[in-house]
Amino acid sequence: MSDYSSEEDSASEWVMYKDKPEWADIKPIPQDEGPNPIICIAYSDKYKDVNDYLRALLHKNEISERALGLTKEAIYLNPANYTVWQYRRQLLKALNQDLQQELIFINDIIQSTSKNYQVWHHRQVIVELMKDGSKEKPFTEEIIAIDAKHYHAWQHRQWAMKEFGLWDDELSYVEKLLEDDIRNNSAWNQRYFVVKHTTGFSDPEIMKREIKYTLDAIAKAAHNESPWSYLRGLLGAKLGDEAVVKFCKELLKSGCISPHLMAFLVDVAEEEMESQPAARPALLQEAARLLDDLANEHDTIRRNYYEFIGQNLKAKYGSPGATGDCPS
Amino acid sequence: MEADAFAADSNMSTDAAPPYPWSGTLAEVHQPVEAAVCHQALPIKDVQLTPNLPTKLLLDKHRDYIVDYGTKKDDYEYAMAEHLRMNGIYWGLTVMDLMGQVNRLSREEILDFVQQCFHSDCGGFGASVGHDPHLLYTLSAIQILAIYDALDLINTDKVVSYIQSLQKDDGSFSGDKWGEIDTRFSFCAMNCLALLKRLDAIDVDKAVQYIMSCMNFDGGFGRRPGSETHSGQVYCCLGALSIAGKLHLVDADLLGWWLSERQLPSGGLNGRPEKMPDVCYSWWVLTSLKILGRLHWIDKESLVKFILACQDEETGGFSDRPGDMPDPFHTLFGIAGLSLLGDPDIQPVNPVFCMPQHVISRLHISHQLL
Repeated sequence: MSDYSSEEDSASEWVMYKDKPEWADIKPIPQDEGPNPIICIAYSDKYKDVNDYLRALLHKNEISERALGLTKEAIYLNPANYTVWQYRRQLLKALNQDLQQELIFINDIIQSTSKNYQVWHHRQVIVELMKDGSKEKPFTEEIIAIDAKHYHAWQHRQWAMKEFGLWDDELSYVEKLLEDDIRNNSAWNQRYFVVKHTTGFSDPEIMKREIKYTLDAIAKAAHNESPWSYLRGLLGAKLGDEAVVKFCKELLKSGCISPHLMAFLVDVAEEEMESQPAARPALLQEAARLLDDLANEHDTIRRNYYEFIGQNLKAKYGSPGATGDCPS
Repeated sequence: MEADAFAADSNMSTDAAPPYPWSGTLAEVHQPVEAAVCHQALPIKDVQLTPNLPTKLLLDKHRDYIVDYGTKKDDYEYAMAEHLRMNGIYWGLTVMDLMGQVNRLSREEILDFVQQCFHSDCGGFGASVGHDPHLLYTLSAIQILAIYDALDLINTDKVVSYIQSLQKDDGSFSGDKWGEIDTRFSFCAMNCLALLKRLDAIDVDKAVQYIMSCMNFDGGFGRRPGSETHSGQVYCCLGALSIAGKLHLVDADLLGWWLSERQLPSGGLNGRPEKMPDVCYSWWVLTSLKILGRLHWIDKESLVKFILACQDEETGGFSDRPGDMPDPFHTLFGIAGLSLLGDPDIQPVNPVFCMPQHVISRLHISHQLL
């Protein structure tokens, strides 16, 4: 491949573009820092050399294999330079390059700078051109194995799954990740994503399975924010599912002081106050006690939040004859 | 400013940062704090604030830090940041204005630079001279011009048509002609058009629809439909909805609760569950709560303490976490966070536009807050 890469060039063998005879026809363009004369810029010589030639090629919009090679050097030096990626895509298309090779190059860049937006977008464009998403799940799994909450990797995986219909086995993959780390919020998000796009949540059996899975997770670590969010997402506008409420009350009785548990029970109590006016005084008292414990003992950093909720509940349901319809 | 164009630094086990690049290097300062748990003792990811860290706001140092940063043009670091220079100028200019010394930066030099980055053929701005146009830099350029009351220097009709051209059929926006889609870009587009008073140029209803399609089960927002909720994206989406006057579409209590859950025992805020706290979330989380009218839900005192602890006493500037290298990006978001928290020595910041309030007031730009 003419698209020589920099790993082949050890530091000692590096030859500046300005010293390469095959580049003698190009007049490098130094960086223009604007109209005001500015101190000479002491970039590394290699960085300056590569980018001066790159500017020159961009200027004449040269379509050539040597240009492709130069973009690779420039990307190694600074993968965040989005203009280089755009030029490279243009070259890849125009020169009809082997895109499998490009994927290998992308792997290499992602290994060294995985939080870079450009390289992930580049991968998406290349995979779209290849119309082959078969490598994307194994690829993102490698990244996720290193950083389980890697936003770009998850984003890319979701894109590939939708684009190529790669839904099989995803739920078991997510479950494996959650076995490793039940607090992995990205995996919880992915669980929602998979269920939503495959079975959906409307089947009561699916709902039952999801609720059970979530409650089991909560039983393992009641302070874990993620399953509580997931549970609220599952239940939607009606938190007071019988099995869920029973589970929560037992958990509380067992002495668990998770703020998520207590806050959830406050919200359940509010629902009940709305639907059972006769029970309001007792429910309000129960909610007030939970909020009080949260604010003063178990989650003091969010005291203002709990006090605010408590005042609202009191205003709404506290006075005799309060209708509940008219929040303050 | 170590730099990855729009995003997280490669060393950072943290998140993408909308709509402005992440920057800053760090060695993870991870000192687990034991938390009370009932069934299983697990440490919370957080930092511990030690007594030697700064507790007073060092405004003079920060002013000098920003002024000096712009003059150190012979640094390798400065060169490496070329691809996000326009963002950098917006950060520096905004924070200098918030610190009351905007005149120490060269208006003439900055406006020259901005004009040189304008692509008069398409109407977008690049990050630097000779760089391709992108919405991220177009927004920063318009913000800079708005701060200087110099929008008449460029052909704004062209800018409007550039932004218009980036809206897709589903209402989303791509960042440039290459098609990457992200709710950050929806916010950039709407923010820019609000500053130019030309929101009529795009299909606002569809833009709102797309943003709402990115809402998650926890009430928050991600980059695209189905992507995990992330505080930075939450800010972008709320900002866009605020500009469109559609905040009623959000479940403010559910999202407000998720946002207040971002506060850790150290007082700092993180961007997602189980992530480390970082000064830039003092902006993204805090201003999201402000937009939702729920700023008082978090503990102000301990957050102020965390932000102040991230100052560099020697060089000036703020870093992501105590003890790391400062950079202009975290310096803006540290100062802007303190402004939202009501620090009397800092100018008021506008929560939606992240610009000095006096600029937004001068331009009579409307937006919604709950």
